[in-house]
Amino acid sequence: MQYQAPESIDAAVALLANVSGQARVLAGGTDLLVQMKSGMTEPDLIVDIKRIDGMHAIIEEDGGYRMGAAVSSAALNEHDGVATMWPGVVEAAELIGSTQIQGRCTMTGNLCNASPAADSVPALIAANATVRVAGPGGTRDIPAADVAVAPGKTSLSAGEFVTSIYLPARPAHSGDAYLRFIPRTEMDIAVVGAAVSLTLDDKGVCVAARVALGAVAPTALLVEDAAAALIGTSLDDAALEACAAAASAACNPIDDKRGTIEYRTKVAGVLTRRAALIALERARGHS
Amino acid sequence: MSQIHVTTIVNGDPVEYLCEPDETVLDVLRDRLGLIGSKEGCGTGDCGACSVTVDGRLVCACLMLGAEMQGREIATIEGMADGDNLHPLQRKFLEHAALQCGICTPGFLVAAKSLLERNPDPSETEVRYWLAGNLCRCTGYDKIIRAVMDAAAEMRGA
Repeated sequence: MQYQAPESIDAAVALLANVSGQARVLAGGTDLLVQMKSGMTEPDLIVDIKRIDGMHAIIEEDGGYRMGAAVSSAALNEHDGVATMWPGVVEAAELIGSTQIQGRCTMTGNLCNASPAADSVPALIAANATVRVAGPGGTRDIPAADVAVAPGKTSLSAGEFVTSIYLPARPAHSGDAYLRFIPRTEMDIAVVGAAVSLTLDDKGVCVAARVALGAVAPTALLVEDAAAALIGTSLDDAALEACAAAASAACNPIDDKRGTIEYRTKVAGVLTRRAALIALERARGHS
Repeated sequence: MSQIHVTTIVNGDPVEYLCEPDETVLDVLRDRLGLIGSKEGCGTGDCGACSVTVDGRLVCACLMLGAEMQGREIATIEGMADGDNLHPLQRKFLEHAALQCGICTPGFLVAAKSLLERNPDPSETEVRYWLAGNLCRCTGYDKIIRAVMDAAAEMRGA
């Protein structure tokens, strides 16, 4: 195995595109190194992107924030601007692993590892985040929801890698939230994760919403029916009931040691409702 | 495999080493630099026994490659005491008998030091959450938490 730490995006793309055998991108490495140790993956080349300019940067762009692919969850959590504008995204990223893992893990890695249970992914999808992909054909931006296509598989082609994630600007009266269920308080993988992002008008009526679920299907889901149940309402009980029912209806989970199909389906509705109420509180407080 | 030449700083001292591309920082510390305080409990980032800081950030040494450390600054348990003078956390771990077999102890100490540098007056809940990634199979954690709280109080001059 070879280790390379290129200093530009072009150099990284060239390495990834010209490898004979398997190449893997290294940012935080909290998934990659575990997979290498267990023999799940045996790369011929590791491309460490942390020496490339901008990979550790969080910058304001068009009223939103662009976060380099190697920004750790710990660094994200310390950034007041992102935490104020997108608290749901930051709280989701903060749930990944322990303090030690937080020091290294990245949302980009969370996306590209393509686990159905990844905590930050539903929050990014609800936030309508876009992902910048560099490759031999140049740069393209894709929705966060389009990165994972199946457990452990992404839509990225050979030679491509994610260079940054962009969280868009927020209108006034907007809020987001992420909740996950695990049977203990820390250090576990989501049984269900639910993210809600919404915007209210001056009268408190919901004018825009996005709802996303994790761990209830092969990839994180954008649930448009659940969002539609909130739009045009003040999130009264009937709207929240309809939203929860739509979230449960969208579930296509597996039975495993973390939860049964029936349990996950039920909990998805409960969590979606609770996340919507937290997002609502935040939207009311966000001028 | 060709070995990689790395220049880095460990506990304040410049260090050079050669490592294989797939060698972890923990392997380098233990097998090449003779710093065997950091332990391998799980090797998968779950137990925290290999906790070190890199550029001031608490991390698991088992989940980083030695090759990544070029120009970085690593701090391990070996750098915690000042000569023969134990760090307050180390003293309080002894006073509270916050260890039995000792395998997890270096990781707990490094992690707790990192917490107190950021937050000198943590609540018990904050200590428990910060240390959730450090596993101990002997003590049941309570004495560890008491030792950290006591050390924090002493370091604040309380």
